[in-house]
Amino acid sequence: MTTKPLYQTPLLETPFHARTAPLNRVNEWSRWAGYATVDCFTDLPGEYFAIRHAATLFDVSPMVKYRIAGTDAERYMNRLLTRDVRKLKQGRVAYAIWCNDDGKVLDDGTVFRLGASEFLLNAQERHLAWLQDSAPGYDVTVEDVSESIAGLALQGPLSCTVLKAMELDGIADLKPFGIAEFDVAGTPLTVSRTGFTGDLGYELWIDPARALDLWDRLMEAGALHRLTPIGSQALNLARIEAGFIQTNADFVAADHAVRPTRQRSPFELGLDWLVDFDKGHFVGRRALLRERETGSRYRLVGLDIEGRKPAHDALIYHGKSRQVGMVTSAMWSPTAKRNIALATLDAAAADKAGGLWAEIYVNKEMKWEKTAARCRIVARPFFDPPRRRATPAPDY
Amino acid sequence: MTEDRKYGAIIIGGGHNGLVCAAFLARAGQSVLVVEAADQLGGAARNAEIAPGYTAPACAHILHLLHPRVRSKLKLRRHGLKLAARRLPTVALDPDGNHLTLGGGRIAGTVPEEDARSWRRLHKRLLRMAGALHPFLGRIPPRLGGESWQDRLTLARLGLSLRMLGKAEMRDFLRIVNMNAADLLDDELSDDRLKGALAFDAVLGTNFGPRSPGSVLTWLYRLAGEAKGGRSGLALPAGGMGAVTDALAASALDLGVDIRTGTPVRRIVVEDDRAAAVELESGNVLRTRAVVSSADPKTTFLDLVGPEHLDTGFLRRVRSIRTNGLAAKLNLALDELPDFPGLDRAALGGRLVIAPDIGYVERAFDHSKYGEYSAEPAIEITIPTVHDASLAPGGGHVLSAVVQYAPRDLKGGWEAHRDAFADHAVAAIARYAPGLAGRIVGRQLLTPADIERDFRIAGGHWHHGDLAVDQMLMLRPVPGWAQYGTPVAGLYLCGAGAHPGGGVMGAAGMNAAQRILAARKAGNAA
Ligand SMILES: Cc1cc2nc3c(=O)[nH]c(=O)nc-3n(C[C@H](O)[C@H](O)[C@H](O)COP(=O)(O)OP(=O)(O)OC[C@H]3O[C@@H](n4cnc5c(N)ncnc54)[C@H](O)[C@@H]3O)c2cc1C
Repeated sequence: MTTKPLYQTPLLETPFHARTAPLNRVNEWSRWAGYATVDCFTDLPGEYFAIRHAATLFDVSPMVKYRIAGTDAERYMNRLLTRDVRKLKQGRVAYAIWCNDDGKVLDDGTVFRLGASEFLLNAQERHLAWLQDSAPGYDVTVEDVSESIAGLALQGPLSCTVLKAMELDGIADLKPFGIAEFDVAGTPLTVSRTGFTGDLGYELWIDPARALDLWDRLMEAGALHRLTPIGSQALNLARIEAGFIQTNADFVAADHAVRPTRQRSPFELGLDWLVDFDKGHFVGRRALLRERETGSRYRLVGLDIEGRKPAHDALIYHGKSRQVGMVTSAMWSPTAKRNIALATLDAAAADKAGGLWAEIYVNKEMKWEKTAARCRIVARPFFDPPRRRATPAPDY
Repeated sequence: MTEDRKYGAIIIGGGHNGLVCAAFLARAGQSVLVVEAADQLGGAARNAEIAPGYTAPACAHILHLLHPRVRSKLKLRRHGLKLAARRLPTVALDPDGNHLTLGGGRIAGTVPEEDARSWRRLHKRLLRMAGALHPFLGRIPPRLGGESWQDRLTLARLGLSLRMLGKAEMRDFLRIVNMNAADLLDDELSDDRLKGALAFDAVLGTNFGPRSPGSVLTWLYRLAGEAKGGRSGLALPAGGMGAVTDALAASALDLGVDIRTGTPVRRIVVEDDRAAAVELESGNVLRTRAVVSSADPKTTFLDLVGPEHLDTGFLRRVRSIRTNGLAAKLNLALDELPDFPGLDRAALGGRLVIAPDIGYVERAFDHSKYGEYSAEPAIEITIPTVHDASLAPGGGHVLSAVVQYAPRDLKGGWEAHRDAFADHAVAAIARYAPGLAGRIVGRQLLTPADIERDFRIAGGHWHHGDLAVDQMLMLRPVPGWAQYGTPVAGLYLCGAGAHPGGGVMGAAGMNAAQRILAARKAGNAA
């Protein structure tokens, strides 16, 4: 890790930097939560196909992590998040969102229940002020532990095979969204069966001081299984296929939005299933009840688009003339063999069946052209292999 | 234990606003219970016995804001409210004995002719502007961007009312409203005593010094309240401020309100997202269709409702309401009328102000910024016994003084400094009344910390929270919730923390009742 003063370090290095930097042959980096992260190590197709056909390593250390602990931790989390945290058992992970007073989504993330009164909240954006301002009146401490946990996502059909080669006893029996603790050469290693690829996969959490050792052991164990380090571009393709939305890519975090109309409610993001009105009060509940009465303005949907041209930034029309929305994430899915996209539509248009067109922009040697392609709303995920859920995890 | 009876409304706090709200609700046929923590009703508008036989106004001493609709609709005269004195002059005390006496726009005493004329003009101008504000004190503030015609009408009225001032005066209003009182006074007047006393009026009960921006607005606001308060001007109720409370309580009882004193509420019970009951310290639970709290917003939301039922953004706003009280109350029991050289007995029946110049008040304020008290405080004095001998035994007198500035969070704590501060305050008065110390037979000082504890007011603040442009009108108590309702259905505010703020005015209680009744009528199950 860097020892320079912070002001000389506009981008920090993750605990795995010493390994990722030499492998990053094309030297493509981007910033994530203040850290330099690899965009692409060598070639995007190779990294992408490794996710779906072998095993991959992605450095998730920049993930923002909060530890919430205290006798009121469960009550606190239950008021913070829209879903019923009381149902989350120890040693389990849940996908969750949290809202502001107006019922607009601040972020999404995963909650790890580490104990009866201890949680870890992983988020895309920083929320310490919000979390702390939610704390008075509760016996909890909220602590930013982002820097004290290094993380690696090990994803792909061979991911369990790699961990078995590393001799993590019983790993194949870990259920999706389960958490298990291991001892690797005297260092505690936390493994959760979670990830952002919609595939069989795990996330590994360790003391940053032991990060490089973990990397080396994994690479050694994975040598025969084509374990491939990947950058964020390949991961992004996999997450679109999995139908996952990303804060500040598919919607603007409510506290970042300058224009109030850009904020999105859980209903508008298609996350109705994460909102539990029966559990008692939570932040934003009253606003969401009102929205349920009066209706939502937008709907985030999955689209299947005619043709092969990825519909990046496409505008969506109803009946070719009335603009009703836009695409926020798009790709030609090599695995699903479909042209897919995530889009936000006016609720009324989304409720009507049919008649949707994407206006796709293509740059042909410095000349923009647009084509109209018929599209239809489809269920997500776009790609959902049974191995993602199979327990014990399959061995290939 | 849950009691059998379910009320139409339970009012938390039997301060004057709680009683007003209760009476207006009962008048409209609601069954109402008032629960007051203290053994006595009245909150900051109650009397206190400060020495055997000596009755002093515990906090508030001058009645100048009471809303005329409260007075008339609740028949306060019939229920015993009498004034012992009205239209009290203000005496600007001068260290050299050349005191000035102000009454309306007139000045008695030696001031440059120029100043006398300028003050007459300025006084008229300020009253006209205050007049444009005063219709709003007795109304529910409009919702910004609100859809109801009521909201639009009220907003339009505010605009129209300012517009009616005429173009030049409206421009003048917009110019001075954000100014500080010191600059305005320096522009118009030259006499230090005059400017000092007026500057003090602008900052009494606020968290401002005369040089704080916005102090013209707080002054206008006070004048607006006085304009509403009617022709009696600054008045002293016969029997002390507690007599206003007695009349309100009598009116409320007459209208069928149940009242329980010595009954602190521990928490507001929320069921199915509605305020459904109050739980008393005794453990008893009282069920109700609506809970109406005259406790300050911080106490109401942070302590009585609790964060569990509220959203983080709302709580942020509640927590950041500025409630640092700065006014202390000094009550003295005296065996004889004190001698203020240069003032006769009649003058001692007025309102005496120690604010010899603007700088004196500003310096007094300065200390509070650093958590210190003013060793030379600005003081407002009344001697109610000049008009009402019943308040003290055999020829004795009561001196009631508001002493600024005394920050609630005093560096080192009040326990260690209370006596020293009281000594300073007495010494400051004794500069104008040399024999004072020898006549004191009893002395009571309430710092904002004491007021917080004894009157259950967060910060011990005069207004339950600063009255400043960002905490006024549509922004009071917090933006989005200025209509006496709260995020919890069936829970309302009716105290000084709501619009239009503190002072013994009763407008908050009256407006809240109107809001609750309107909601009932609209069938909001409120
Ligand atoms: C030092 C000082 C001097 C002042 N001088 C003047 C003046 O000269 N003229 C003037 O017009 N105004 C004056 N004021 C302002 C005025 O006194 C107040 O603004 C006004 O009295 C507030 O009335 P209220 O009914 O809104 O609240 P309060 O008087 O504060 O009443 C609230 C009541 O609620 C009760 N309560 C709180 N919590 C609970 C609970 N949990 N359970 C049950 N009961 C509870 C309290 O005990 C209290 O009785 C002065 C204020 C101070 C502090």
